[in-house]
Amino acid sequence: MHPDELNEIQAALAGAAGPVGAPKPGEMSVLGRRNRRYEGHSKSTGRELYTDDLALPGMLHGKILRSPHPHARILSIDTSDAEAIPGVAAVITGADMPVEFGIIPWTRDEHALAVERVRYVGDAVAAVAARDEDTANRALAAIHVEYETLPALLEPRDSLNTSAVQIHEPKREGRNGNVTKHVRLEFGPVDDEMDASDVVVEGEYYFHGTTHAPIEPHCAIAHAGADGLLTIWSSTQVPHYLQRELARVLGLDVARIRVIQPAVGGAFGGKSEPFDLEFCVAALSIRTGRPVKVLYTREELFYSHRGRHPIEMWYRVGASKDGALKAVDARSLLDGGAYASFGLVTTYYSGQLLTAPYRLGSYRFESTRVYTNKPACGPKRGHGSVQPRFAFEVSLDKLATELGIDPIELRRRNFMGTGETVNEFRVRSNGFLECLDAVERASGWKQKYGRMPFGRGLGVAGSCYISGTNYPIYPNSMPQAAAQVQIERSGRVTVFHGASEIGQGSDSTMAAIAAEELGVPLGYVRVVSADTDLVPVDLGAYSSRETLMVGNATRSACRELAERVVGALATAWDLPEARIRLANGWAHELAEDGVSDGSVGDERSNGLRRIPIAEAFQLAEAAHGTLGAVGHYDTPKDVHGEYRGGTIGASPAYSFTAHVAEVEVDADTGFVDVKTIWVAHDCGKALNPMLVEGQMEGSAYMGFGEALMEHHAVKRGGPEHGLHDAPSLLDYRIPTSRDCPEFVSLVVESNDPEGPYGAKEAGEGPLHPSLPAIANAIYDAVGIRMDRLPFTPDRVWRALRTSRPSSP
Amino acid sequence: MKQIVRLTVNGERQELAVPAHHTLLETLRYGLGLTGTKQGCDKGDCGACTVLLDGEAILSCLLPVWEAEERPVTTVEGLGDPRELHPLQEAFDLTGAAQCGFCTPGMLCSGVALLETRSSPTRDQIVEALSGNLCRCTGYTKIIEAVEQAARTLRERESADASR
Repeated sequence: MHPDELNEIQAALAGAAGPVGAPKPGEMSVLGRRNRRYEGHSKSTGRELYTDDLALPGMLHGKILRSPHPHARILSIDTSDAEAIPGVAAVITGADMPVEFGIIPWTRDEHALAVERVRYVGDAVAAVAARDEDTANRALAAIHVEYETLPALLEPRDSLNTSAVQIHEPKREGRNGNVTKHVRLEFGPVDDEMDASDVVVEGEYYFHGTTHAPIEPHCAIAHAGADGLLTIWSSTQVPHYLQRELARVLGLDVARIRVIQPAVGGAFGGKSEPFDLEFCVAALSIRTGRPVKVLYTREELFYSHRGRHPIEMWYRVGASKDGALKAVDARSLLDGGAYASFGLVTTYYSGQLLTAPYRLGSYRFESTRVYTNKPACGPKRGHGSVQPRFAFEVSLDKLATELGIDPIELRRRNFMGTGETVNEFRVRSNGFLECLDAVERASGWKQKYGRMPFGRGLGVAGSCYISGTNYPIYPNSMPQAAAQVQIERSGRVTVFHGASEIGQGSDSTMAAIAAEELGVPLGYVRVVSADTDLVPVDLGAYSSRETLMVGNATRSACRELAERVVGALATAWDLPEARIRLANGWAHELAEDGVSDGSVGDERSNGLRRIPIAEAFQLAEAAHGTLGAVGHYDTPKDVHGEYRGGTIGASPAYSFTAHVAEVEVDADTGFVDVKTIWVAHDCGKALNPMLVEGQMEGSAYMGFGEALMEHHAVKRGGPEHGLHDAPSLLDYRIPTSRDCPEFVSLVVESNDPEGPYGAKEAGEGPLHPSLPAIANAIYDAVGIRMDRLPFTPDRVWRALRTSRPSSP
Repeated sequence: MKQIVRLTVNGERQELAVPAHHTLLETLRYGLGLTGTKQGCDKGDCGACTVLLDGEAILSCLLPVWEAEERPVTTVEGLGDPRELHPLQEAFDLTGAAQCGFCTPGMLCSGVALLETRSSPTRDQIVEALSGNLCRCTGYTKIIEAVEQAARTLRERESADASR
């Protein structure tokens, strides 16, 4: 605990000066404030422990041998030389773990170590455990693998059109095994509405592919105990799914596996499914009886990937003269890489998440995901919807230009409000108009848009995202989130919850909810999270679900306990329960007006009582016995589209964002300098504005990097066919402090009825508009449409040359 | 083969046997258990391993440990007393400059190195000083704010001391 906090608590408990009164009815005492992070002190002193910071006695170091070929059959693996090296404890291959795994139960297509075939450069082939890293590396070099190379498909069009090379066996005879998923959904008479439109804008767009690049490389440690229990420490954002897949692949009882998630150094979706290293450390530890650690090299991160899919997109948008959107017709080809990962969901998301905040008269999308012999794509922050959002928001900008309507005004005119989307999702709160107002005002849009000198421009874009999904990844009707809360007679409250703290602040959020509900200072709350032996099941930190779902579960458990405490006090003080409030370290008796409390004015003269919260807890414990409660949250199950796939994308609550970007384009070099991005985000209710802003700034930053600098790609042709183009943080250029624009966050609150205290997500939505807002700003600046990402100087320069042949 | 290396880390003299090819980063993390200094790339690209050597921010993953002999090394663990944090550590906490926290130790070292030489750094100087430290969470906004805030605190302290 931080000394300041300790002083605050001691002061509060001693009844000294400070914010010790009860807040006004309806007001909150902890939530809504810029509280320090729960683990902030550990992080700012370097004491926070990440997986690679842990070491166990006798621990071995593991390494994974990877395929040098993008597509090949494994003819033989000879591990005898490696095993003979002194200090090598074990070598394993695909034959040791032949069971397929995968995050989506319908598309399990991966092996922990390749069985018979490798499908991309970097596919795992064998693993070793040795006394140290150097010995492990020597052992890898001594494993002899004989390959028969196969033709490698790197272009999605080739995968779609080729049946001679099948990256995976077709599920059914006659099908193309290179297709992971094909979805076509139509809502309303798209062709008729398109024909009836006054203006139709058509375009082809391309998203190029990017990766998460968390600064912490993936790391896992396994310890197979003598008692038959297997413990895994992993930098995962999905401990529960990892536990399930470990059990399947290793043939163990789930109940005998414990997954512990230490502090995670960034994830962004890149740690949201099981990875080869987790299976390998487990198998190696079982084999050797010793703890085993594997830490990915930075290069391995680029190959394990699961980043944002490259997508070729074709969009046609029809509108009436006044700008009303009558029809949207979209086709997408997703480049999935070698494995399915979340691809089934990605394919749906590429269409399903586009239907707000605007009212679409009619909508059709057709999306196809294919395998290629490249690192597998998966979910990256804004899963599946960042790419279509780019295409669509640029289309809207073109429409505004054609119709002569201001781009912000065009978006306002199409605002859907609350209610049902065209694909039958239910939106219960929508602060998008306030977002538009906020960025319009802050950016000086009215004075600047279309009026700046050549080379300077403003662009706007909007978006929508989910706050978790109504349906879990594997079908079940159990709660999606749960928490257990315990009160101790010292005044300490412990929240046991399953949410994965990956930097977004879920531990801080749960601590603040407990402090709010139970009236204790923040420093009196402990959080135990993401350890499958200690906490109730949570599905993990993906699809922006933790604040809403685990937040609701935590609140529910705390409220049950608060009722017991208040009930005990009501009896002791002979008062109605409504006259008691727990807040700021005290249990307060409120005056009959429900407002005044004993901390105001002369305590004795107004006669209102208050006791330190610990004493209130003791009264409750005496009255009710040990104080503990569980709470859970279950998503609405009756709210989704009544069609196949209509559950995918259905969320308890939707967030909304608008960005305005200001750019300066150097026409001589094609360099785009983004000056400022104004980010307005409707997060429902900011439970901690500092954390919400952090998510908004970080999201906008990540989108900015994808728009201008980052490109995850492989080399084509020759002996380097399929080799990663830039597997280092030097060559894969993520923005430094020098590269970044100023990010201005503008928090909008719409109070969603489903969210805890009205809260919705903030971690992914604010990424989306960065890309199209920058593209639209480039158009305002220099009059060129950048429909293909990224907007690197060479591409911008070429586009300028094409559009203005007379320019340099 | 291991050799004996003599280091002074966070004011403490240390003598330990390390593999001859080890870097300062490996020695700090695996030899001395100072895990606050992070390994993000192991090739000098990310800055997570930044420590202070002779008061200057350097990349410990690129430095053979022998180069650090007889020169003072400060890691994040030595930036402030746990009871009295360095103003930059306090500012990180108050502004929300650490999200996942993995780049934080390196950022703190780069920030402290700057604040040692400049009491009123401009925004541009701060941005420059942090430009070798990659952060994937924050967009650097709140980290820059934290350095500005710490600089203010240090200046206030100095003027309070001067007027005493």
